Amino acid sequence: MFQLETAENPQTLRRIAIDPLTRIEGHGKVTLLLDDAGRIHQVRLHNVEFRGFEVFIEGRPFWEVPVTVQRLCGICPVSHHLAAVKAMDIIAGYGPLPPTAEKLRRLMHYGQVLQSHALNFFHLASPDLLLGFDSDLTRRNIVGLVQDFPEIAKQGVLLRKYGQEVIRHTSGKRIHGTGAIPGGMNKALTAAERDELRRDIDQMIEWTLAAVHMVAALHRTKPEFYNHFGEFDSSMMGLVDERGALDFYHGGLRALDKDGATIFDHVDYSTYESVLEEEAKSWSYMKFPHIRALGPEKGWYKVGPLARVQTCDFIPTPLADLERKKMVALGAGKPLMGTLFFHWARLIEALHAAEVIRDLLDDPDILGTDLMADQGERKGEAVGVIEAPRGTLFHHYRVDENDQVSFCNLIVSTTNNNQAMNEAIRSVARTYLDGRELTEGLLNHIEVAIRAYDPCLSCATHALGQMPLQVDLVDCEGKLVARNWHNMRPAE
Amino acid sequence: MNDYDRFVLDGRPVHFERGQSILEAALASGAYIPNLCHHPEFKPHGSCKLCTVKVNGRFGSACTIKAMPGQEVASDTPELNGIRRVLLQMLFVEGNHFCPGCERSGNCNLQALAYDLEMLTPHYQHFFPARELDASHPDVMLDFNRCIMCELCVRASRDFDGKNVFALAGRGTASHVVVNCPSGKLGDTDFALSDKAASVCPVGAILHKRVGFAVPIGERRYDLAPISAQVPTQQAEEA
Repeated sequence: MFQLETAENPQTLRRIAIDPLTRIEGHGKVTLLLDDAGRIHQVRLHNVEFRGFEVFIEGRPFWEVPVTVQRLCGICPVSHHLAAVKAMDIIAGYGPLPPTAEKLRRLMHYGQVLQSHALNFFHLASPDLLLGFDSDLTRRNIVGLVQDFPEIAKQGVLLRKYGQEVIRHTSGKRIHGTGAIPGGMNKALTAAERDELRRDIDQMIEWTLAAVHMVAALHRTKPEFYNHFGEFDSSMMGLVDERGALDFYHGGLRALDKDGATIFDHVDYSTYESVLEEEAKSWSYMKFPHIRALGPEKGWYKVGPLARVQTCDFIPTPLADLERKKMVALGAGKPLMGTLFFHWARLIEALHAAEVIRDLLDDPDILGTDLMADQGERKGEAVGVIEAPRGTLFHHYRVDENDQVSFCNLIVSTTNNNQAMNEAIRSVARTYLDGRELTEGLLNHIEVAIRAYDPCLSCATHALGQMPLQVDLVDCEGKLVARNWHNMRPAE
Repeated sequence: MNDYDRFVLDGRPVHFERGQSILEAALASGAYIPNLCHHPEFKPHGSCKLCTVKVNGRFGSACTIKAMPGQEVASDTPELNGIRRVLLQMLFVEGNHFCPGCERSGNCNLQALAYDLEMLTPHYQHFFPARELDASHPDVMLDFNRCIMCELCVRASRDFDGKNVFALAGRGTASHVVVNCPSGKLGDTDFALSDKAASVCPVGAILHKRVGFAVPIGERRYDLAPISAQVPTQQAEEA
């Protein structure tokens, strides 16, 4: 049993719910059970939506799946699209992709990592970091950010836009395109599209590098706080290529323990069930995966940016690798476990994504037209794995002789982080909430920890609409004409 | 052109050949009248009612009414387009038309008409019928979720391919397309990928296997121009 997961006598305790969680992807809530003295006995992150994609794609034709399953999400659809199509490449019997097809898929994917990371940091998380965890609730959002830090907000918006343009040019649409098909790609990149993307990429690299430096500078202002906020020991997992380098598109599974020692390495992801196991709990629609050899109590792990930059041996682009070394050095040989390091790692990855996009755009292969692999013998079962922005994403399918899906298992990135997120909010609850009178600002500490993981709790139904909002209509001389409120009590 | 070989469509004269329907004459002249169950190679069916027009003030199907001199035909009017939108909405809720995951998206006449007639919502409650796929044939898949019962496949297989593979069964809301063989499975018939019936479906009900999504977004038929602006192309391809 995990600490603070289940209280002994819940019926005697007071319940506080943070519902809905805001500035995250999808819908979720946190419940806290406290006694009369304000001591915390139970903390749970609940995923309150049920998706069911695994069931309702059963019976569908396999070539439809990469397009259908990306509707799981509006932020990282490319990850689901590509994880599914990697499995369907094998099911349909295709061999290795031509260089152009693989590079186009990589371009699409790294564009998505860039836009998703920009969305999480600039739009969702940075209001906490730049305006303050307990700053004015009505301004602790993207609008407040635009008011106080217009240049940073602009860069965030344009970085996201750039990533979405990369996706559009490779898949036909900014969200939910169809670029990858079993065996390759359906669309070549034109010289005009390449030139358009190439024109702005150096600016994107400059902005992501500046964002990394901004988070590093924030860290230096309160190193103790940043080091230990939501800190807890855990294992970590991610994909690495054959050299041990960070690779978002393809590689082998590597897991390290809390001290950085190897649990498994270069595991062929088609055998993921030999190293991972999933467990269900009655109070959440999200499953709890764990490393099979360590069991459910000790085998849970982190995925995503903070895990990836520490499980890899290096990042294969120079600027991002340099920034990675600077961050990792703070751990003095031990992996960093503070939850807020996720933001630093995420921006290093955004920088890496921008560097990779530049390199791919400069590669002559990217304008090739050989988009389909040679086809061989059909297979009945396959696994596709990719590093989605939020972490390792598994798609596992079986397809019958009539081309219909007969089995599907998805372990999405946020599911991998389920126990870790629960541990993060329990750590924050112990440190900042236990025994105190709970204010909105203190409760926001819980949400800050969750936002650091950038969870996509079910899909991309943004909760931005639930944020407290005050709208003032002023005339050209700055005089207040009208004021209205939403989701808040107006100030006296 | 004289007064004896033309009628008036939405205020403009349209030339017709003897024996042509209003729809055939309109399409031949480059004027679009919405339609779903029409095909130039098959007899008029008059079932989808999308081509409903007003002829001298009376409602009728443009595909079944012969063109005649002196006809005053109204088609592109708010009233008729409103009725057509309702027909489309009923078709959308009666089946399971999930465009986001459908490989005919961008090439589907039903979707293209919904866009063209500015159908913004389904309006009616979805039926969400439980319909099976028939993937038993090695080259062609039937997804009955998307069938609009235009019977183009029935007519093509019977009148063109000479195989009579499809038929309509049931009555009223229970009407549905069936495969004419004891097992009811397409794989147990002599249906072939090269049959006319394999390529005549205006929606995503009859699909060639393993080629879905091969055409990128931006190059699909209705990415290029709305269905109402593709009359000459449509006529040439269907012929």
